[in-house]
Amino acid sequence: MNPRDNTTPLAIEVTDLTVAYQEKPVLWDVDFNVPQGVLLAIVGPNGAGKSTLIKTILGLVKPVAGRILVLGAQYQARKQLIAYVPQRSSVDWDFPTNVLDVVMMGRYGHLGWIKRPGPSDKKLAMDCLDRVGMADFSNRQISQLSGGQQQRVFLARAFIQDAPIYLMDEPFAGVDATTEKSIIELLRELKRSGKTVICVHHDLETLKEYFDWVMLLNVRRVALGPIATTLTHDNLRRAYGGRALFLDPKGEQRV
Amino acid sequence: MFEDFFYLVAGNYTLQIVALGALILGITAGALGTFAVLREQSLLGDAISHATLPGVGLAFLLTQDKSPLTLLIGAGIAGWIGTICVKVITQTTRVNKDAALGLVLSVFFGFGLVIITIVQKLPTATKAGLDKFLFGNAATLLKEDVTMMIFLSSIVLFILTLFWKEFKLLTFDTDFFKSLGLPFHIFDILLTTLIVSAIILGLQTVGVVLMSAMLVAPAAAARQWTDRLGVMVILSSLLGAACCVAGAITSSIIPHMPTGPVITVYLSLTVIISLFLAPHRGLVWDWLRIFRNRAMIESASILENLLIISESHSDPLHPHSMALLKTMGSHALSRNINKLIKAGFIKKYPDQLLSLTPLGLEKAKQLARELQNEGGKN
Repeated sequence: MNPRDNTTPLAIEVTDLTVAYQEKPVLWDVDFNVPQGVLLAIVGPNGAGKSTLIKTILGLVKPVAGRILVLGAQYQARKQLIAYVPQRSSVDWDFPTNVLDVVMMGRYGHLGWIKRPGPSDKKLAMDCLDRVGMADFSNRQISQLSGGQQQRVFLARAFIQDAPIYLMDEPFAGVDATTEKSIIELLRELKRSGKTVICVHHDLETLKEYFDWVMLLNVRRVALGPIATTLTHDNLRRAYGGRALFLDPKGEQRV
Repeated sequence: MFEDFFYLVAGNYTLQIVALGALILGITAGALGTFAVLREQSLLGDAISHATLPGVGLAFLLTQDKSPLTLLIGAGIAGWIGTICVKVITQTTRVNKDAALGLVLSVFFGFGLVIITIVQKLPTATKAGLDKFLFGNAATLLKEDVTMMIFLSSIVLFILTLFWKEFKLLTFDTDFFKSLGLPFHIFDILLTTLIVSAIILGLQTVGVVLMSAMLVAPAAAARQWTDRLGVMVILSSLLGAACCVAGAITSSIIPHMPTGPVITVYLSLTVIISLFLAPHRGLVWDWLRIFRNRAMIESASILENLLIISESHSDPLHPHSMALLKTMGSHALSRNINKLIKAGFIKKYPDQLLSLTPLGLEKAKQLARELQNEGGKN
């Protein structure tokens, strides 16, 4: 971040991370480093622990063992450094509130307890809605939004946090092709401005087109690195087993 | 009827106390009920209120004191233990949440009934009147009780206003709340405590059996009328207060009428009216909308079919037979045709012949364009 620093801290540094629900391990001894400024996709089969990994980094799930550093900072300090986009289906969209209000919720961390959002927060929220092309919807009741619009409202809520790192849980789930294109454009814009973006992703077909880094995960970390060198036939087979049918990363034939 | 109420209350000190107590209760339960409903904790409210009963009985057994403060502190502690039981059972065993709620509700309530029955048979306690905690008796509210209610309710509403934005986010999106670094457990416990307090507030007036109606019904009704959380809380408070005051006074006037059931009757009416008649969300408007849409689609299809036929003819306004339209699948022909004639879109000729008017031709073309655009969007 600071140009005078000789060593730029890693965006995310995870060491020996193990997470278990009751007895069953969901993540097992996971190590990885994510440098700053990448657009990283986390892929893996169902139950691979993708969402759990994101939630653990955020501190929503308590690990059994392991250490997580965000930009070199420990647990408490890192919360202001990450903006989170949860799965769209994780909230009740019939909640009595409107679009602008939801976006302003992204400011609550900055505001601190008790203090209410003011006109400057409102202006910020409108700017963020404008960025995702939803400015005209600011007064819309959230139950009247389509899936793609809901996703863009969640993105605006993350943008208003103005964090260096973005963690997104399936931002493309259930949105139409046009919205998917506009969302990926927004993510690229984040990357261009030096932010680190990490998404749980499920579509192997679009992986190469959308992202520049990839992590293959299946309870253990299978591989992590730039797409070109990491998305190999061998790694995919190790992450998905023999079950998956997907594009061979070198050619167009199916395996 | 309202005037009768007014004169009765205006001239009667006891009724004024009762009405004031009911007012306080209605406002507080209505406000907190909004959060109970939106957090999907309505059943938790029911379990907590039932779980307070053994607390009332034990508090009396241990202290031999029947002052409301003592009894309600006992109720509060029991309610809290009930809440913790639900949490512990769901988190540590394989019993799922609604079974845990059912367990706590019935076990605590059964235990409470046994204690109350024992207490009622004690020679020292014949006039303790603990049975009023079952179905409530607003007429027994004294000035001291109402003073205490005002005090407790002010604290509850003050905390609710103070942490408004935290409670709102907690209710809407728990994961995001945690991701901001806000302390989830503190606010979760705080909000649950406020809900428990609202329940305690109503035990004497409404009783443990029906107290959950006082939480859930005003909120459910208010949700029908508004899409804003702030408005919903205020509206829920007002509806709760109105029903509660009306019920408390009605039951005070009619001898041997327990208050809880009367309030619940008023609340039910409010909910039914709201479910059916509230604009936008009301069922009646839904039905009307569906009916109107169907009629509109039928009329539109008649216009479009006429357009399709006319395209195969040099004169677009040339009349065609109704039988042809029927074969093209236009429904409820005669009813909709009269409407279309009135609107000036089509013209009727003898021998069951129909034609578009110039206005109708424009309309049909516009509809066809709209249909195409919508197809392109998806």
